[in-house]
Amino acid sequence: MKSVKLSRRSVVAGAAAASALAGTTGASAQGAANTLRVVMHSDLRIVDPIWTTAYIVRNHGYMIYDTLFALDSKGDVQPQMVDKFTVSDDKLTYSFTLRDGLMWHDNTPVTTADVIPSIRRWGARDPLGQTVLGFVASMDAKDPKTFEIKLKEPTGLLIFALGKPSSNVPFIMPKRVAETDPNTQISEFVGSGPFVFQRDEWRPGDKAVYTKFAGYKPRSEPASGLAGGKVAKVDRVEWRVVADQQQAVNALLAGEIDIIESPSHDLLPLLKADNNIKLFNWNPLGNQYTMRFNHTTAPFNNPKIRQAALYAFNQEDFLKATIGDPEYYKVCKAMFVCGSPLETMAGMEDKLESNFAKARQLLQEAGYNREPVVLLHSTDLQVLTNLAPVAKSLLERAGFVVDMQSMDWQTVVARRVKRDPPTQGGWSAMLTSWVSADILNPVMAGFFNASGDKAAFGWPNDPEIEALRARFARAGTLAEQKQIAEAVQRRVAENPTHIHLGQWYSPGAHRSNISGWVATPAPVFWNIEKGRGA
Amino acid sequence: MTAPATTTPLADAADTPAPAKPTVWRKLFRNPAVLTGLAIVLVMVFIGLIAPLIATSDPSAINPAARNRLPMAESSMRADDGTRITVKHWMGTDTLGRDVFSRVVYGARVSIFIGVAVAAISIGVGLVVGLLAGYFRWLDSVIMRIMDGLMAIPAILLAIAVVSLSRAGLLSVIIAIVVPEVPRVVRLVRAVVLSVREEPYVEAARVSGTPTLKLLIRHVLPNTVAPLIVQGTFICASAILVEAILSFLGIGIPPEIPTWGNIMAEGRQLFRVFPHNILYPGIFLALTVLAVNMLGDGLRDTLDPKMEKRG
Amino acid sequence: MLSYILRRLAATVPVLFTVAVMVFLMLRLTPGDPAAIIAGDNATSQQILDIRTKLGLEQPVLQQFFIWLGSILRGDLGESFFFRKTVWELISERIEPTLSLAVLTIVLAVIIAIPLGVVAAYRQGTWVDRLVMGFSVIGFSVPVFVVGYLLVYIFAVKLGWFPVQGYQRISGGLGPWFRSLVLPAFTLSVIYVALIARMTRTSVLEVLSEDYIRTARAKGQTEVKVLFQHALKNAAVPIVTVVGIGIALLIGGVVVTESVYSIPGLGRLTVDAVLARDFPVIQAIILSFSFVYVLINLLVDLSYTIFDPRIRY
Repeated sequence: MKSVKLSRRSVVAGAAAASALAGTTGASAQGAANTLRVVMHSDLRIVDPIWTTAYIVRNHGYMIYDTLFALDSKGDVQPQMVDKFTVSDDKLTYSFTLRDGLMWHDNTPVTTADVIPSIRRWGARDPLGQTVLGFVASMDAKDPKTFEIKLKEPTGLLIFALGKPSSNVPFIMPKRVAETDPNTQISEFVGSGPFVFQRDEWRPGDKAVYTKFAGYKPRSEPASGLAGGKVAKVDRVEWRVVADQQQAVNALLAGEIDIIESPSHDLLPLLKADNNIKLFNWNPLGNQYTMRFNHTTAPFNNPKIRQAALYAFNQEDFLKATIGDPEYYKVCKAMFVCGSPLETMAGMEDKLESNFAKARQLLQEAGYNREPVVLLHSTDLQVLTNLAPVAKSLLERAGFVVDMQSMDWQTVVARRVKRDPPTQGGWSAMLTSWVSADILNPVMAGFFNASGDKAAFGWPNDPEIEALRARFARAGTLAEQKQIAEAVQRRVAENPTHIHLGQWYSPGAHRSNISGWVATPAPVFWNIEKGRGA
Repeated sequence: MTAPATTTPLADAADTPAPAKPTVWRKLFRNPAVLTGLAIVLVMVFIGLIAPLIATSDPSAINPAARNRLPMAESSMRADDGTRITVKHWMGTDTLGRDVFSRVVYGARVSIFIGVAVAAISIGVGLVVGLLAGYFRWLDSVIMRIMDGLMAIPAILLAIAVVSLSRAGLLSVIIAIVVPEVPRVVRLVRAVVLSVREEPYVEAARVSGTPTLKLLIRHVLPNTVAPLIVQGTFICASAILVEAILSFLGIGIPPEIPTWGNIMAEGRQLFRVFPHNILYPGIFLALTVLAVNMLGDGLRDTLDPKMEKRG
Repeated sequence: MLSYILRRLAATVPVLFTVAVMVFLMLRLTPGDPAAIIAGDNATSQQILDIRTKLGLEQPVLQQFFIWLGSILRGDLGESFFFRKTVWELISERIEPTLSLAVLTIVLAVIIAIPLGVVAAYRQGTWVDRLVMGFSVIGFSVPVFVVGYLLVYIFAVKLGWFPVQGYQRISGGLGPWFRSLVLPAFTLSVIYVALIARMTRTSVLEVLSEDYIRTARAKGQTEVKVLFQHALKNAAVPIVTVVGIGIALLIGGVVVTESVYSIPGLGRLTVDAVLARDFPVIQAIILSFSFVYVLINLLVDLSYTIFDPRIRY
C-alpha cells in the first residue's frame, strides 16, 4: 500500500478494505523481486526484426538475439559475437572468428553456418544491407568458428553495417530460421541473446515475457552502448501493455511497474515531483522529426515548391508543440544529426527560419496553382499528433492551400504507400520521426534514397543524389564520407526529399531501486538491476 | 401476457400512444424538469450560435509558444503584419496553444449539431422504415430480420468500425452513431403502426377505400409523434456522449473541428497536470446531456406516461 | 417450452447471417489495407501485393465471403493477420478478463440499483426519490472515461486502496483478481445502475398500486417483505428485460473501461484489431458479441416464466 498523507480514518478504512480483500499489493504473483515490469512505447505484435522495421520489434530483437558487431557508447563499432577479425591489405577480404561459448537458447552451439544465412536474410530486407551486399562477392564458412567475406570492390561500410544499431539490425538467427524466405515472417524464436522469449506467455495487447538465458556467455568488457558484456541481472523481464499514457505514469508512481520506456513529455513533471522516480536518457542521440514529400503528385512534384516549404518551416514550432520542454529538444539543421560524425549545416543556413516572404516568392516563381497539399495527420500517437497542425499552420502562412486529413497512424501507414493522386486517396506530405541512429549517413537513411519507383514512399527521383550515395558507399575515410555527406545535404537543400524538423529526446522513467541503465540507441535490459524496496 | 420474441419495454409502451391534446402544452410548462432542461439547452444553443462573437480567438489557431497555459493566463502572439495581439485564456490553452474557451464555445455548435442531426436522421429513417414494416406484412419479416441483425451488433463496436474504416469526419461520425439507433426507432414505430392499424376507425377508413399513403399520414403518423419526440431527446443525449467516447478511442471528429468530446479526449492524457482541458468541456457536455435527458424525462412523463426509457 | 427454445435458436441464424454479411461488407468496402500495415516502412509495392495475395485479399469479395463463411461453419475462425495466432486463441486468451468485468459489473449494478429503485418508488416524491432519480440522470450524462479517471485519481492514486491499472487472473488468487476489478467494475456500473434503478422504480411504482399489495399490507406483513417479496417479484419482468438490453450498453462500455484500466480483454482486442485492420479478428469478435447478445436476450425471455407464472411458451 502506497503511503501518502492520509487522515487516520482513511488509513484505518483503507487497511480494513485491503485486508478484507486478502490483498497483496499490485505486484504480480511470480516473484516480483527479480522481475522487471516495463511499459514499452508500443505493443509487440510482430516478432521478426528482419521482416519489419518497427522499433518495438527491434527492441525485442535485442532481448533475444545477438549481433556480430555493436556500436559502443562513443559511436565506435566493436566486436560482439565476433572475437577477432582481419582485413587483407587490398581491403577486399575480411576474415572473422566467432568467440567461444556462443549458445542458442536450445543449448546448441552457434556456428558460422548460422551466421551467413542470417546476414543474407538481413541483406535482402535492410536498405543499408542491400547496398553492402551489393559489394560482396562471396561469403564462406571456413570452419564452425571462422568465416570470410570477399568484396568486389572496397567499401568502408561493411563493419559499420554488421554493427548497425537500429532497424533493421543484422541479428544472428539459427540456420533453419535464417533460411526463411525474407518476405515471410519467421515462426520460431530461438536466439543466442541474454534473454529467452517466453512464447507461451506472449499475449499481444497484454504482455511479452523474457527470462534470463543461463547459457549466455557475456563478453568480459563492461557494457558500453550496445557493445561490451551483456549481463542479465534480473531473472525475468515483462513488457506490459498500458495503452493509456497517464495510467502508465500512475502505475509507475504506485509501484505497479518499474520502468516506462518513454513517458509522455507533458507528464514528466508528475514523475519529477516524486522522489521514488528517476529519469534516464537512454538514447543520447535522440530522434529526428521529419516531413516526407510525395514527389509524384502536385504540388510537391515541383522542387521549388518543396523548397518553399523548407523556407516556411522552423523547427522550434514543431518541437515546442510536441515536446514542449526545451530540456528535451534541440533545434538542429544537420540532417545527419547533431553530435554525430557527419554533422553539417551545409546548404541549410538560411532555410528553416520561417522566411515566409522567400517562401511566397518561390511559390510564385514555381507558378503554384493553389493545388491543395493533402497532409496526413495521425491522431493516436502522442509524439506525432501535434506535428501536422503546426505544418498546416506554417504552410498556410506561406500561401499554401492545405487539406489536413486526420486518421489513426495505421491508416497513415496504409495511405502513404498509395501512389494515387491526392484527390483519389493519395497524399502530398506526411510526418514521422526517426531514431537518430537510423539516419547517420545518406546510405542508411532511407529517405535519401532518390531512385524513383524503387525509393521508399514519396518516391523522389534525383540521379544526382543517387550518384552521391553510390560514392559514399565507396568512400574509405571519414573525411571523404564527410565531404560527400555535405554535398548530399546541399543537394537536398535545393531539391528536398524530406525536411528534418528537429531533434528530440525521450527520457525513460524508472523507480529508484532500478539501476545500471545502458545508454543506447535502442533500449536494452541487460546490466539493469532491481534492488529492494521503493 | 405472452411476450413475443421481440418484446421490449418500448414496444409495450406503444400499446397506448397518447394523442396530443391542447392541455399538454400547459402540462409541459408546469413540469420543472422540462423547464430546466429546456432552459439549459436553449442557453447552450445560444452559446453555439453566438460563438464567433464571444470566442476570444480562432478555435483552431495554434500557438506552440503558449501551450498548456492555465486558466486566466495571457499570451501574446506576433501576427504576420508585425503587430502583437494579447489574448486572455479564460479556460487556458491546450497542447497546441489553442484557446480552450474558444474551442468550448465553438464546440457547442458541433456537439449539439451532432446530437440533433443524429436524432433527426435516425428518427427520419426509422420512421419511414418502421411505417413500411408495420404496414406491409410482406416487408415486415425481411426488414425486422435486418433490424435484429443491426441491433445485435453492439453500438459502440459498430460505430468504431464505421468511423475507423472510412475517413474520419463529421459525416462518418454521424452515420456511425445513427446506424445503431435506427433499429430502435423502427421497432417503436412498427409497434405503433401495428396497434393503430387494428383500431376500428382505421379499419373503417381502409374498407372505404382510403389510399394507403393517406391512411398512413392521416391516422398512423400522428400517433407516432409523442413517442418519437421522447425517443429523439434520448437519442440526442446519447449521441453527444457517444461522440465523446469515439474521440476518447481516437476515432472521433478530427481535432480541427472542436467538439466537447474531442477537446476532452485530447486533454485526457494531461488530466492530472492540466485538468482544465477536460474539466471545462466536461462541464458543458455533462450539463447539456443532463438537460436533454431531463427534457426527455419530462416530455415522457407528460406525453406518454407509460413509456420507459431506452431499448 | 423446448420447442420454443429451439424455434428461438433457429431464429438466431438469420440474425447472425445478417450480421456476418454486414460486417464482412463493411470491412471489405472501406479503405485501409492490412497488407500495407503488415509490410512496414520500407516495403515496396510488390512486397505489399505479395502479402495481399498471401492473405487472400486479392480474390473477388464474394469468393472471400464464402470461403470465410465456410470456415466459420466448420468452427474455424481463421488466423489473425498480425499475430501468429489463430483468432480462436486470441479470443480465448481475452475472454476471462472481459467476462469477469462484465459479470462483476452486472452483479454490482443489480445489488446497488434494485434497492435504490425500490426505495425511490416507496418514497416517491421525497428527497430520497429525487436523489436517486437525480443520480440516475447524471449517470447517463457523464462520459465513462471521466468517471474512470476520477475513480483512479481518488481511490488508486490518492488513497492507494486499489491498483491503478492491470488485471490479475483468477488463477493468481481471488483476492488480487477482485481488487484489480473493483474500480473498473464501479466505473462501468455507473450507467448501468442508472438504467436499472430507473426501471425498477417505475415498475415497482406500478405494482404498488395493485390490489394484491394492498391485500398483503392488510394482512399485516412487514413493509420490507411487501416491497422486496411481493412488489419486486411482480415488477421483475421489465427489470430483467432492461438488464438484458443493457448488455449491449455494457459491451460498449467495456471497450472504454478496458482502455482506461489496461485490461487485456475483448474490448481492447476489438479496438486494436480495428485500428490494425485485422479483418478475421474483427469479424469473429463482432459475430461472437452479436451471438452473446442474442443468447442473453433469449435467456431473459425464458426467465420471464420464473418471475411471472402467467407467461408460458
